[in-house]
This record gives sequence, C-alpha cells and structure tokens, in this order.
Amino acid sequence: MTRRFVTGDENFSPGHRACIGCGEALAMRQVVKALGDNIILVNATGCSEIIASALPTTSWKIPWIHTLFENTASIASGIESALKVVERKGKRKKAKVIAFAGDGGTSDIGLQALSGALERGHDLLYVCFDNEAYMNTGIQRSSSTPYGAWTTTAPSGKMSIGQKTWKKNMPAIAIAHDIPYMATACPSYPFDLMDKVKKAVSVDGPSYLHIYVVCPTGWRCKTNLTIRLGKLAVETGIFPLYEVEEGKYKMSVDPPELTPIKDYFKIQGRFKHLSDEVIEEIQKKVTGDYQRLKEKMEGL
Amino acid sequence: MTKRVGLEGSFAVSEAVRMADVDVLSAYPITPQTHIVERLSEMVADGDLDAEFICVESEHSAMSACVGASAAGARVFTCTAGQGLELMHEVLYIPSSMRLPVVAVVANRALSSPLSVWGDHSDAMAVRDIGWVQIFAENVQQAYDLTLCAYRIAEDKDVLFPAMVHLDGFHLSHVIEPVILPDQRQVDDFIPEFEYPFALNPDKPVSMGCYGPPYIYTEAKKSQNVAFESSRKIVSKAWGEFEGIFERSYLPVESYRTEDADVILLVMGSFAETAMLAIDRMRKEGKKVGLARLRLWRPFPFDEIRKAVKGAKLLVVLDRCISFGYGGPVCSELRSAFYREKNRPDIVSFIGGLGGRDITIDQYEYMIKRGKEISENGSEEEFEMIGVRQ
Repeated sequence: MTRRFVTGDENFSPGHRACIGCGEALAMRQVVKALGDNIILVNATGCSEIIASALPTTSWKIPWIHTLFENTASIASGIESALKVVERKGKRKKAKVIAFAGDGGTSDIGLQALSGALERGHDLLYVCFDNEAYMNTGIQRSSSTPYGAWTTTAPSGKMSIGQKTWKKNMPAIAIAHDIPYMATACPSYPFDLMDKVKKAVSVDGPSYLHIYVVCPTGWRCKTNLTIRLGKLAVETGIFPLYEVEEGKYKMSVDPPELTPIKDYFKIQGRFKHLSDEVIEEIQKKVTGDYQRLKEKMEGL
Repeated sequence: MTKRVGLEGSFAVSEAVRMADVDVLSAYPITPQTHIVERLSEMVADGDLDAEFICVESEHSAMSACVGASAAGARVFTCTAGQGLELMHEVLYIPSSMRLPVVAVVANRALSSPLSVWGDHSDAMAVRDIGWVQIFAENVQQAYDLTLCAYRIAEDKDVLFPAMVHLDGFHLSHVIEPVILPDQRQVDDFIPEFEYPFALNPDKPVSMGCYGPPYIYTEAKKSQNVAFESSRKIVSKAWGEFEGIFERSYLPVESYRTEDADVILLVMGSFAETAMLAIDRMRKEGKKVGLARLRLWRPFPFDEIRKAVKGAKLLVVLDRCISFGYGGPVCSELRSAFYREKNRPDIVSFIGGLGGRDITIDQYEYMIKRGKEISENGSEEEFEMIGVRQ
C-alpha cells in the first residue's frame, strides 16, 4: 500500500462559516493545500467568499481579493498581466494567479469574462466549484443545475418536474478554448484532486478545473453524506472524473460498471419528486453521455 | 526636450499614458475612444511603451482587469465612452472603495436610445456619485496635461482614489491642435515611480474586498467619504506642482473675465472655448459678463465655486445632460451649493449640446440675455433647452 502525505499547513484557516458538511469548503481546503504559498487568489461573490471574509476577519493566509460576481476571470487577468510586467521590469517576482468561482459565477454570469481570459491565454488557474445551484442566495437554479432537480426558482409542482433543462457542459466549453489543461475533480477523491491542481498550475497558460461539490443544504441531504454522494456522482457516471491535457483525454476514475443513478437520487431531497419514468429518462442520458465521453479517451 | 507638435486629442492622451510609463492597459473599443486604444496598441507593438495590453471582451472586463492589475501594484490605464462607461458602472465602485489609483479617460458620448456616438455629458453625470476624481478638459493640451495630473493625483498617498479625465467625444478626441510635449525627465519628476502600499503580494498577504455586515458598512463608507473629501486639497496641490514644472496652471474652477461681472455663464469641457468668444463679444459691447469653467467635478469644489461667482447677480448654467423629470444635474448641484449662502446669485438653467449638437456663439449670447429675462420675470419652466427644433 502506498502512503501519501498531505501538508498540514492551512492557508485557508478553520473558523469560517460554511454549513456543516459543506463540500465546497472541503474542496477549497484541498485545492489550497496543493497550491502552496506563492499564489494570489481571486474569489467571485458566492458562498466561498462570504463564509471566509466577514470584516474585520479573514480565513485567508495568502493574498486574496474579492470584487464582484461576474468578473473573477477579468480581475485574475489583470493581476496576471501586472505580475508579468513588474517581473519584467525587475520589481517583483511572479506568483501564480488562481480564480475561484461557483457554478453560477462560472457558467452563467461570469461565462463571458471566463471565455475572454481563456481565449487571451493568461497564465492562470480557474477553479469552478459546482454545487449545481445558487446556494448562497438560497438554492436558485443555475444553468449547471441537473435536469429534474428541485430548486427554489425551478420548483417541482403539478405542472413542473423542477429543472427543465439539462446541465450545461462547462468542462466542454472550457476545452473548446483549446487550453493546455482541463480536469474535473471531486473532494471525495482528494489525491486525484490535489494531483490535478498541481498539474494545472504547472502548465504555462490557462487551466480550468471543474470541481463537483456536494451541498447538503441545497441538495436536501444528510450532512454526513457529502463524501458518499461525491463518490456516487462519479460511480454513476453523473460526474465523470477526467482530464484533458493538450487535447488528449484521460479518464481518472473508470468504474467497471456504472452504479444506477437511482442510488444517488434516493438519498437527496431535491430529486424525491421524480417518477420512475423520469429517472429512467435521466439514466439513459447519463449512460449515453458517459459512453460518448469514453469514446474520446486515448487508447480506447 | 520640450517640443510643440500638432496632435489629435486621442493621440495626446496616448502620449501622456506612454510618458507616464503605464504598466497595464486594458480597454475595449468604442467610438469615439477608439483612436486612443489604437494608438496605445501601436506604441506597445513598436516597443515604445513597455506595458501589457489586455484586449478584453467588454468594458466590464476592461475596468475589472485594471482593478486586478492595480491591486497587484501596477500603474494602469483604461479609456472608454458612453455605453462603455455605463457597462463599467458596476465595477467603478470597486477602485473607489478599495482605494485603487486606476486612471481612466472618457471620450464623453451620449447614451442610447436613439444610438448616438456623438458627445455630451450624460455618461459623466451617471458616474458622479461613485467616488472617482472627475476632471474636465477643454482643449487638446489639457487632455494631455490632465491625464498626467490624473496619475499624480490618484497615486498620492493621501488620495489613493481612481481618477477620470473627461474629454468631449469628437470635439476633443478627434480634433488636431498644437500641443506642447514636455521632456520625459519633467514627467518623471512629476509622477515618480509608484509603489502601491497594500499590493497583493505573497510576501505580505492581505485580504481585499471582504464583505461588510451592517455593524461595519456605515463606518467603511464614512471613512471613504472623509478620505475622498480630503483629497480635494491634494488636487490643488498637484496642479500647483504641475505649474511649477510645466508652467501651465489649472484650478478647480477657472474664471474668464469675471471681475466686476454681473452675469456669469458656467460651462464644462470643450464648450468653454466657444463660450469665451461670446463673452469677448459681449464685453466689447460693454456688458459686464464673464465665464466660469468647472474643471474639477468631483470632489465638488464648493469653496472655489462660491468664490468664483462672488459679487455676480446671476449665474447661467449650461448642462450637456438631462436628469429626466428634474433638469440639468450641474445646475441642480450649483443651486444646492449656494442655497445657504447669504449673498447668493440667482441661478438659471439651460440644457444643450446633447448628442453632439453644436452650440454657437450667438446661442451663448442668447443664454446670457434670456437668463437675465428669466431671472427678472421668472419662468414656468425649470430649465430651457437650447437649439431644440419645436
């Protein structure tokens, strides 16, 4: 058995105000552990920002900036460009610029700024923490909310199954920018996640990580199921773990047989209204999407 | 060495940015600002300016990139106009509340709809409450000078607020005039190398842009306003220093032939030059009239404006913007500034020059004469529009 060690240093200090069982806080902690000290962190508005920065306190031991919701990638672009010039002019050494945003801040309101930053080729890592809805404002639907899920702005009812649209494929959008590195990750697989963070910051140019983070508050599930649900999302093929390095696809975790999505759905309140027929429809979509993704992998 | 050259307004601004040795430029093209970004792009491409040019996908991102770069300690520049400034609007609050010395030049443009690429001050007035130092230029030389001054003011350790220089779209951005360009050493003396005291730096980590619950937000805003108010005196100090080095002077309110004047006309920006011709003509006829130009719009120069119109019976104000359902924003602020003065002038409001419409010498003369009539006989209207076809 191989032993693996993770640094005991915490640049994202405990004492913040995340909910019990927050998958995002866990993922942030793992990402920051893998990043080391020579970074500047840009945070979008959202849970990740408000839990850790109520004036006059902060959880951040590394330089950290938050401004608005939709401009995280642009703020990061500005910092990266500034560091490039000041280093060139011999004033200061460079640091790696990291951007944190949620699924709303990435796939909805911040998509334009992100696309601009990826297209311009800034040397930065953008991390999307995807908990599949606007959790900070109270569980409103985003374009990253999965089909059939209940949210407060896509509620299930007599005339509605909840979310009527399929989840936007943000990793594919990032890849379409032809960036050197893109990976999906989940804190239920901490070593895989941290390896990907290290790989992402080692490339020269933009990299994108899409991290699946369980939100017990918004998903209406027990707070001790965060790790289990993350694993189930991967084992069912709902959220496949893979990476794309210089255009080459590689599966990170490839279960021999996909677990039925019903096992994942039944322990979450947000899916409890779904009929067997709808679950079957979703199952077909998940299996199909997973197959199509696998076809892109190298050496298959 | 100092040299005198013919330059377009946009090129003069670009020259000031180059000589200020700006580190990061970020902008999105919009008429009538485009010549500035094009010229700066050329300067970077030719190696005349060692800067990163971030060619962003929107003005929202242009201002955001400037905020990020400034927070990291770089000297930054952006420029925009009209709709572009409106798209930046949300972001403009960030550098003023985080005390980042971002410098922006606005080639003032009307706001849609109907679409108009031509000049007025609607864009400038829409951002007056944000905490940016706002300065209006009236000719190409001033566009150059005041862009340099914007860095000197914004980066002063007792200011650290963003600064915006306004030049009228087309009337200044696209006009070629003789400009005196100083020696690089003079510029270096005036705006020395800048080190932002709280820059994002792993060697000295800071958290910027934390959120402010009700127990602290009011205090944050109070301290922001106290600091912004106190930057007013630094603006004058910087202009004094500028005069010492470059031998041209600027004041928060500049007067033209106002000594002994009964009626004073007040304008902003490029229209002042035509207005001066009207004043000259009326003075020749023996009329006691003068002109005041509001150079500094924010922080508002209360004392200077009160002093500038002292003794006058009437102040005639021209706005190049309408606050719908109210009137001219500059006039309404002036009325408010004089309300508690014992010997205040009557104040009459005109609105004109919207969407690039010219105002002729005759029309300035008309405003002064009509202003006197309104002052003596009253009017049912809160303001009168100049040059509007009925």
